[in-house]
Amino acid sequence: MTAISDQQQLSYIAAQAADARVNVEIESEGMTLNLGPQHPATHGTLRIVAKLDGEQVIKADPVMGYMHRGYEKLTEVRTYPQVTTLINRIDWLGSFANEVPFILAAEKLMEVEAPPRAQWIRTILFEMSRIANVVLFLGDMAVQVGAVTPVFFAFRDREHILNQMEAVTGGRFHPNFDRIGGLKDDLPAGWIDETHQVMKKMRRFCDEMENLVMGNEIFQARSRGIGVIPADVGLSYGLSGANIRASGVDYDLRRDNPCGMVHDQTDWKVWTHPDGDSFARFWVRLQEVRESTSIVDQLLRTMPSGPIMAKVPRIIKVPAGEAYVETENPLGAMGYYIVSKGDLVPFRVKIRSASFSNVSITPWLLQGVYVPDIITILGSLYFILGDIDR
Amino acid sequence: MSSADTTEEEAVPATDEAREQLLASITADLGEGVVGSHIRPGDDLWVRVDRDAWLDTARLLRTKLGFHYFSFISAIDWMPSPYGRSMDSRVDLVLEGVEAEEPQPIEQGVAGGDTRFQVFARVNNVVTNMGVTIKVDLPDDDLRVTTWVPVYPGANWHERECWEMFGIEFTGHPGLRHIYLPGAFEGNPMRKDYPLLARHVRPWPGIVDVEAMPGDDEVKS
Repeated sequence: MTAISDQQQLSYIAAQAADARVNVEIESEGMTLNLGPQHPATHGTLRIVAKLDGEQVIKADPVMGYMHRGYEKLTEVRTYPQVTTLINRIDWLGSFANEVPFILAAEKLMEVEAPPRAQWIRTILFEMSRIANVVLFLGDMAVQVGAVTPVFFAFRDREHILNQMEAVTGGRFHPNFDRIGGLKDDLPAGWIDETHQVMKKMRRFCDEMENLVMGNEIFQARSRGIGVIPADVGLSYGLSGANIRASGVDYDLRRDNPCGMVHDQTDWKVWTHPDGDSFARFWVRLQEVRESTSIVDQLLRTMPSGPIMAKVPRIIKVPAGEAYVETENPLGAMGYYIVSKGDLVPFRVKIRSASFSNVSITPWLLQGVYVPDIITILGSLYFILGDIDR
Repeated sequence: MSSADTTEEEAVPATDEAREQLLASITADLGEGVVGSHIRPGDDLWVRVDRDAWLDTARLLRTKLGFHYFSFISAIDWMPSPYGRSMDSRVDLVLEGVEAEEPQPIEQGVAGGDTRFQVFARVNNVVTNMGVTIKVDLPDDDLRVTTWVPVYPGANWHERECWEMFGIEFTGHPGLRHIYLPGAFEGNPMRKDYPLLARHVRPWPGIVDVEAMPGDDEVKS
């Protein structure tokens, strides 16, 4: 629509360069580095326009929207059961976890509660999608510092989890399995024993990552003291999940706001790290995967029998009202604010996705860092583009 | 499991009291600024404030009441969609002889409201694990409200999204520009009177890729 002439473009570049000129002493020209939209560190298409002075970033401005799909608008013309199909695609590595807060918010409005067995299976699948998601982070973080092997290990071992998810839900990536009032199906035969084996494999993977990546001298040099987020700054930017726990904030919605899931029936620990740097974020996530495998194991042992679906009407009309439910998703706190007018379709759904808030700290965080550290910091913040753009 | 049940029952009135106390302390500080509120016992708190008290509310929550964690800012357009539910294409409605529905009156939700547009935000206290939703009414002819960026820097992107999706201006915002949509985009997609074109089908045989030209009185079909 607005054609940019060569003249305009030149003046734009000149203005950017003049803006970035800060090193007065040696009169060096600033430079604008355009990182992305296609870059392995961006998990999709995030573009970062960084103004540089030599090797240092003066100003970083993330540009997004390359994958905006308008889910908030689309939910307004879909019935409640149809919405879960869409919201599966927000964080595509831990899809099942996306459905849970939406279903819980709708259940809160309808005042139904899933039967115990459904809550148990829901929690198990929730934790398994966390493992599937974060395992890939553990491998990917090594790629950001130049080690390619761990990511293949991550893809290899994630497959075990996806196979188990597929056995229950029929979908490797997009299960679309959670229903208002329970779940679509029960577990298949023999699944529990297989899953115990898989959890054992995941713990072995964590040990492997600890030896391969975390103990590595280069990895430590590239991540320790890099991208430090103080706790109060992180909170005011709305950081959540492992990012804020790595800054020493002991806040985990699984423990602090247990709503519709049964994490409180198990014995587990919320891991925090006082440093707040890239290394701390990796360390916290690694411990969380271990903790998740233990939660899954415990829940599999204590699973009650019974129905998997509460009594809900065939055609779901949600009573008028407003409800907000936030859960601790793999990427951080994810919530749905549902406004219902007693119709088949929600009136308004506000999707609070974790990555959007997590990445909003980057203009603050990337100021003054060196160019190679942009990659490790973005990698350690860990976002999924579908979760930013929605 | 029985122990969990009893603790839950005991916990509900306790947190309810805490929310009433919280509401009382907000009201004590803002005075006339609080125009509406709603408590769902043991679950949630909504406070509707006056537009002039919007920024003061943020300051009060962050500095005095310990709500350090910023969750989100967004808006609600309370006008019922003039396109009905948009579930059924217009063609089907015409064929079935369904008359166009009368526009429904605007009905605001929890904690009330007087206007079509409401901005709402949510902040959490990570120590007491309480969340509070703050709402503010915006008159139709003046869709402006003060920005929260000086108090919660994280509001920056949320307000940019809200501005482009609803057309609500945040005064004092450091850079109110498009975040998701291309710069040349016109309109505010999340408003209820912005049609979702994927759900509006032209009648068969339709016009394929031919738009009405200037000077054409009516579209040939």
